[in-house]
Amino acid sequence: MFYREAGHFHDKYRDEMAIFQIREDRIGIRLLLIAAFVAVPLLHAAGVPPFAGDYLFNAVLTPLLILATAAIGLNLLVGYCGQISLGAGAFMGVGAYAAYNVSVHLPGLPLLATFLLAGAASAAVGLVFGIPSLRIKGLYLAVATLAAQFFLDWAFLRVGWITNYSTSGSVTAPPLVIAGWHVDSPVERYLLVLAIAVLVALGAANLVRGNLGRQWMAIRDMDIAAEIIGIRPMQSKLTAFAISSFILGLAGALWAFVNLRSWEPYAFSIDRSFQLLFIVIIGGLGSIIGCFLGAAFIWLLPLAVEGIPRWLSIPIPADAAANLTLGVFGALILVTLIFEPHGLARIWAIMKHKLRRWPFPY
Amino acid sequence: MKNPTAKLSMLLAAALLALPVAARGEENGQFIPVLSYRTGPFAPNGIPWANGIVDYFELINQRDGGINGVKIIYEECETGYATDRGVECYERLKNKGPTGAAFVNPLSTGITFALTEKAPVDKIPLITAGFGRSESKDGSVFTWNFPLIGTYWTAADVAVQYIAKEFGGADKLKGRKIVLLYHDSPFGKEPIPVLEALAKKYDFQLTLIPVANPGVEQKSQWLQIRQLRPDYVVMWGWGVMNPTAIQEAANVNFPREKMLGFWFAGAEPDVVPAGAQAVGYKALMLQHGAGRARVHDDLDKYVYDKGLGKSNPTDSSGVLFNRGMVGAMLGVEGIRTAMAKFGNKPLTGEQVRWGIEHLALDENRLKELGFEGMISPIKISCSDHEGTHTSRIQQWDGKQWKVISDWYTADETMLAPMLKDAAGRYAKEKGITPRDCSKES
Repeated sequence: MFYREAGHFHDKYRDEMAIFQIREDRIGIRLLLIAAFVAVPLLHAAGVPPFAGDYLFNAVLTPLLILATAAIGLNLLVGYCGQISLGAGAFMGVGAYAAYNVSVHLPGLPLLATFLLAGAASAAVGLVFGIPSLRIKGLYLAVATLAAQFFLDWAFLRVGWITNYSTSGSVTAPPLVIAGWHVDSPVERYLLVLAIAVLVALGAANLVRGNLGRQWMAIRDMDIAAEIIGIRPMQSKLTAFAISSFILGLAGALWAFVNLRSWEPYAFSIDRSFQLLFIVIIGGLGSIIGCFLGAAFIWLLPLAVEGIPRWLSIPIPADAAANLTLGVFGALILVTLIFEPHGLARIWAIMKHKLRRWPFPY
Repeated sequence: MKNPTAKLSMLLAAALLALPVAARGEENGQFIPVLSYRTGPFAPNGIPWANGIVDYFELINQRDGGINGVKIIYEECETGYATDRGVECYERLKNKGPTGAAFVNPLSTGITFALTEKAPVDKIPLITAGFGRSESKDGSVFTWNFPLIGTYWTAADVAVQYIAKEFGGADKLKGRKIVLLYHDSPFGKEPIPVLEALAKKYDFQLTLIPVANPGVEQKSQWLQIRQLRPDYVVMWGWGVMNPTAIQEAANVNFPREKMLGFWFAGAEPDVVPAGAQAVGYKALMLQHGAGRARVHDDLDKYVYDKGLGKSNPTDSSGVLFNRGMVGAMLGVEGIRTAMAKFGNKPLTGEQVRWGIEHLALDENRLKELGFEGMISPIKISCSDHEGTHTSRIQQWDGKQWKVISDWYTADETMLAPMLKDAAGRYAKEKGITPRDCSKES
């Protein structure tokens, strides 16, 4: 009744090409952005309980948004272009260490330029490791990207100049300053990653609606047919790898500089790759909002499993809670994939679909 | 027609909400978070270590009624040895309790590196007894880090001193071959600068052999060792890497008597899984070894007999359990020292930091506490956050650890300039102005 396409008449081509065409969608996204950018910091300043203090920003919102950004990068490659990649963690690592090297060797460079250079470095590496995709598909490509993950793991540990010859292998990020604004407090760091996440999501959403995105989806659906109708697979697949790795590198630089501040190579190991892959699969392959939903699911679930018994004052020893988390995690992933293999994004789409028909059931 | 399922679910929701959500009222006491790992690949070592800490806190509460009457409120948080989970635990627990966390003992060098950035901002001291950054011994730069009773550089120096003694003196080290088999991670790489400096000084050949995390794959490393035929293998491992190394050494017939693990490679979980193959294996001691002291009798009487505590009288004399107790004891005594200045009430992190920095335990005090013979007298100061620089060697005979050496003291003349250099570099990188220790009271 309230939410429908009918009744929206466009008199400009511009309106017809908008991402959000239904007025309620546009209002909704504007409210969400205002809540995220304005309301949350105000609630923190006012000291309202979950928003007061550092915990929500340091441990929940900032990592969640960075992982969502990384998931967007991986989703472009896996969900839209259909190239399975198990090297996402390593590409994040490339971005992180590239940003570190830029900050060490070119200390005067602005922070945002550092992040962009980190993304570019990661794009270059991603391009190189994307070359096998021109010859192999599916599981074999997964193995080739797994090789990228292990190779880069080794490189971060053994190649001295990457960590600036640090004796322990652990490196620290410099203080964050953007045009005189010292990004120190947890709320400021949250706003920084929120801004970057929104920009990346906007860019990715527009990219997949355009020519390049359609090429990727054609290759995903049937690459031989795509080649026959004139899509050049080398260009498409390599741009997919490059752009995906750029976003992953950017996210990796954010993860290292904003979230961890001091990290070791293990932060970008195969576990990180699996985590990103699960975010993308649970959230929904081939959807931008799915990245945010999947990141929220994967990041918040362990905290919820440990937090709910505590909130209900049921005493559970710490290690039992950790094992319970793994069990609940696995079970929920299984349940989600059985009932909705297309992920949380599909559940969201179905809810919107039902809302369009409301109050009629079909 | 009313939907019975809807009715049922509404009833259930109402019942859940009506549950007395016991508001965990702020109990009055000193809050101390315990970042432990009881799951994951390092759990066999993490469990007794964490048990030592919490059982000692429980002992203080039961036997003494707290620290000078202020009860210890402790809460464990599972980190799984992962840096990001450790940071999440720290963020969640740092402000709990009436005055926030007294101190944090991360039980992991990786987490220590991450928390070293956050601790000065949140003003919470880090106690990293026996691990952490070696350069954090310099308190003028690392105001909030306390690598009490031992750092990795101390361990590396003592290891070489022991090996030298085995061959009849430091001059006999010339031309010898020593291998460092290390876990390829920040803590494993820590001793390398000291060992390289010592190799240059005494002219022995040092070979560095890394083992990829978690350390179950060591066949190629031990084949390399067999080809090399070194005089000693110094092992810097943690967790499952240690028993694997011992078994691989047995496979290539490398005598276990020529293996010297550092103090995190010298506990029961490292040798018991290897069975008879571990007999003869030597390890450094973080001053204390296995075995009972008077404090264990107190534990039996006040904790285990009452059915409290996480461990039991048999396991409580293990190496890692003792390590947990020693670390907890040093933290508690640090708080007590601070209470002497600030009063017998829950203290803030800043006040506890002052207390730890002015901690001094002599032989008599250690005897009073029940830790006689376990650690040497310790005195912390602004310039020395380690307090004492001694260690001993123990050997596994198949059933228990036997101390086979006297006390060694690390060679400060060599370590001091290296320390100053490393701390200075960190200070420059972070833009920290080192405190002037001569001016501090």
